[in-house]
Amino acid sequence: MGSFLARRVGQAGVLLLIVSIIGFSILHLAPGGPLSQFAATGDMTQEDLDRVARQMGLDRPLPVQYAEWLWRLLQGDWGVSYRDKQPVLRVIGSHLGATLELMLSSTLLAMMIGCWIGVLGAIRRYSVFDTLATVGAMIALSIPTFWFGLVVIYVFSVGLGWLPAGNRYTIGDGSWSDRLHHLIGPCIVLALVSTAVWSRYMRSSMLDVINQDYIRTARSKGIPERRILFQHAVRNALLPMITIAGLHLPTLLSGALVTETVFTWPGMGRLFLDSIGYRDYPTVMGILMFTAMLVLLGSLLADLLYGVADPRIRTA
Amino acid sequence: MSELDRNAKRSRLSAPSLRRREFLVLGAGALLGARSAGAETPPPPSGRRGQVIVGLSQEPTVFNPLMPGIEVDESVWMNVFNALWNPDPEGNLIPELAAEVPTVENGGISDGGLAWKVRLREGVVWHDGEPFTAEDVKFSLELINSPGFRARTRQGHSLVRDIVVKGPHEISWRMEKAYSPYLALLANTFIVPKHILGKASDPNTAAFNNAPVGTGPFRWSERVAGDHISFVANERYFLPGPYLEKAVFKYIPDLTALYAQFRTGQVDLTIGQGIPANFYEEAVKLPGRKVVANPSGNLEIIMPNLELPALSEKAVRQALYHAINKQAIIDVIYYGLHRPTESFAPKESWAYNPNLPPHSYDIAKANKLLDDAGWKRGARGIRQKNGVPLEFALSTTTGTAIREQCQQLLMQDWQQIGASMKINNMPAAVIWGEFYVRSKFQALLVGTAFRTVTDPDPATRFSSESIPVKGGSGGNYMQYVNPEVDRLLAAGQTSFDRQERTKIYHRLQEIVRDELPILPIFQYAPVEGYKEGLVGFRPNINARQNTWNMSKWYWAR
Repeated sequence: MGSFLARRVGQAGVLLLIVSIIGFSILHLAPGGPLSQFAATGDMTQEDLDRVARQMGLDRPLPVQYAEWLWRLLQGDWGVSYRDKQPVLRVIGSHLGATLELMLSSTLLAMMIGCWIGVLGAIRRYSVFDTLATVGAMIALSIPTFWFGLVVIYVFSVGLGWLPAGNRYTIGDGSWSDRLHHLIGPCIVLALVSTAVWSRYMRSSMLDVINQDYIRTARSKGIPERRILFQHAVRNALLPMITIAGLHLPTLLSGALVTETVFTWPGMGRLFLDSIGYRDYPTVMGILMFTAMLVLLGSLLADLLYGVADPRIRTA
Repeated sequence: MSELDRNAKRSRLSAPSLRRREFLVLGAGALLGARSAGAETPPPPSGRRGQVIVGLSQEPTVFNPLMPGIEVDESVWMNVFNALWNPDPEGNLIPELAAEVPTVENGGISDGGLAWKVRLREGVVWHDGEPFTAEDVKFSLELINSPGFRARTRQGHSLVRDIVVKGPHEISWRMEKAYSPYLALLANTFIVPKHILGKASDPNTAAFNNAPVGTGPFRWSERVAGDHISFVANERYFLPGPYLEKAVFKYIPDLTALYAQFRTGQVDLTIGQGIPANFYEEAVKLPGRKVVANPSGNLEIIMPNLELPALSEKAVRQALYHAINKQAIIDVIYYGLHRPTESFAPKESWAYNPNLPPHSYDIAKANKLLDDAGWKRGARGIRQKNGVPLEFALSTTTGTAIREQCQQLLMQDWQQIGASMKINNMPAAVIWGEFYVRSKFQALLVGTAFRTVTDPDPATRFSSESIPVKGGSGGNYMQYVNPEVDRLLAAGQTSFDRQERTKIYHRLQEIVRDELPILPIFQYAPVEGYKEGLVGFRPNINARQNTWNMSKWYWAR
């Protein structure tokens, strides 16, 4: 177990280094830079722009800039955001809560509904419900989120006035019920797509399980159908979901680019978009490294949890 | 007034008409101005009451007003800080931290523009209670010029020498050369506190930059990154107001979402980029909302690269200009909101020349101009001269559907005169990078301004010394060179006499209209909206954002 962990951590370190090199290169090779927006306004002369670039160290060769960035990162200094003028970790931290709130609620909602639809679809394969669920999932997966988000806003906020047209809370209120009220719209939009995904995973996993010998054996022993379903089938069918949930971890914290923008949700997705648009190199690199770490951590956690949940893996 | 009122009522009931739009664009400022002075305006409250939530499509993130920022950051600066003076909608400078605006007449500017003396207002205090003095002004000007400080711009400031504090409320300095636009540049230079920033080990990273302390009508309260910034009234403000207890700048990046929140009432105003033109028809009919198109100093232009052989000849640019169907662009693509223009100066500017020859959409004339200049039609109907085909790429930022439509119209029109235009669009960060400032484009479709803050001086855009790619400093990215223009620009900068300067800039506009180093299409009038009952909102083309007079806003009861 110890050597397994050490090996995984070592691999992760190499992977992160590669990710950082590729990310840094692509980011800096893309034309434009953090000062180009000031050129657009015409207030700063070329002399001003060149001077500020020099003062910010943007005129140095890229390998030098990368080495300095990496050296600082290894010492725990993630840099200071160009856009926000604050340490990158603090900037990420200030957007994490909003994203976690939204992603966690929508994922939990999607997991519960999706798994339920998947199980029901599998045990009643090709029934009317299963067909409807399959078609519904395909439609949900195909709907562009920004469009669906705008429709939700148009119908429930502008038209019916039931939900706020975005924001995380009313400024000056921020009570529990107010936050919940604001959460409903984006949560529904995000949950719709992931419900479809979860239901498909769960359905196929469940189909695998209910055709296994041990289910037939259980049935032949006269165990009631309900017990077979919950104690034998669903428990086994949920195992692959652990892996999927583990791989889902980075999504929970990196946020939803489109939905957060449409619903004015101040989360990580929006931060990433804003930082890319600004060419805020330190923040973009910070988010990139943060997400990469989460991906590695997620898959590691999934592997470890799998061992905990499934004795066959543990002994193997 | 009554005629205007009738029009105003009509505008909210009747079908779209050109007249309404003209009213909205031309009359809105006057009407609002008249309103706020009129008898029907409810009086301001005695105390401070209520709050206003301003919706912005960009997030203010720069709070040190001397560091590089964009227009939206200035919304914060102009409410937390003060400059020495500030331009009103008519372009007059109104003293703020200064007791009076220095002029040649009052002796504030002497020695041919080389000696400046400013008397400052007494009794002004910083938000933390410290008194404001001439030392703060000296500190701010010196900070801008200090080598390690990431100052936004040293334009004008770099000419300042020998700053002398003559008393707590008097300051003087000398200029390396006479430079009249400095008055306007100072109106955009916010004064920062010496007693705070002077003690910071590095003003670039001082804590002040995230919790600014100013003299302005509103005090910094809190910022929720990515979401909003809130301010509270400065009870010790030295001018009348503020009447609001609290103000919030809410960041809503998606313009459609911003409009939706304006509709549902979650934001009280939407300014800056405001309401997208395609929602305009619907927006003016919204109950309980006032929606107006407010002219800005920005122009939509085609910027040719004059070093490109195909575009270097005047006749070609004139022919291209004649073949632009401006009215179609404005009416069909921009919902008739903006006004066509012939000048680089906004119509509201005192330097605007109203007598420029009007543009006519005339394909036959365009063709004749090219025939006469020796551009012959060749393969695929594309003209050429001396082996140079009349071909170029027109670039703009991707994702602006409205400009892409405009490009298609231009392409069709120019095809008829044997000019081949290609579309080469790229993301904003790319367009505004080297591509723009190193003149790597062939032609650009952009919205930009040709003045020095609010001063009509366009030297940084038209002077031959302002071409970065040729070693100059400035924004003459089309690489325009004209000795007479250079002479006029220099004369305009050294004169402090408005009549004399007006004459200079009129002549300059004539030359630019004839030679077309830029092809002007229209002057922008973004659509802004606010809730009925909000009193005091007054668009100001000379302010960078219409939050300029937020201290005078209040809710009618």
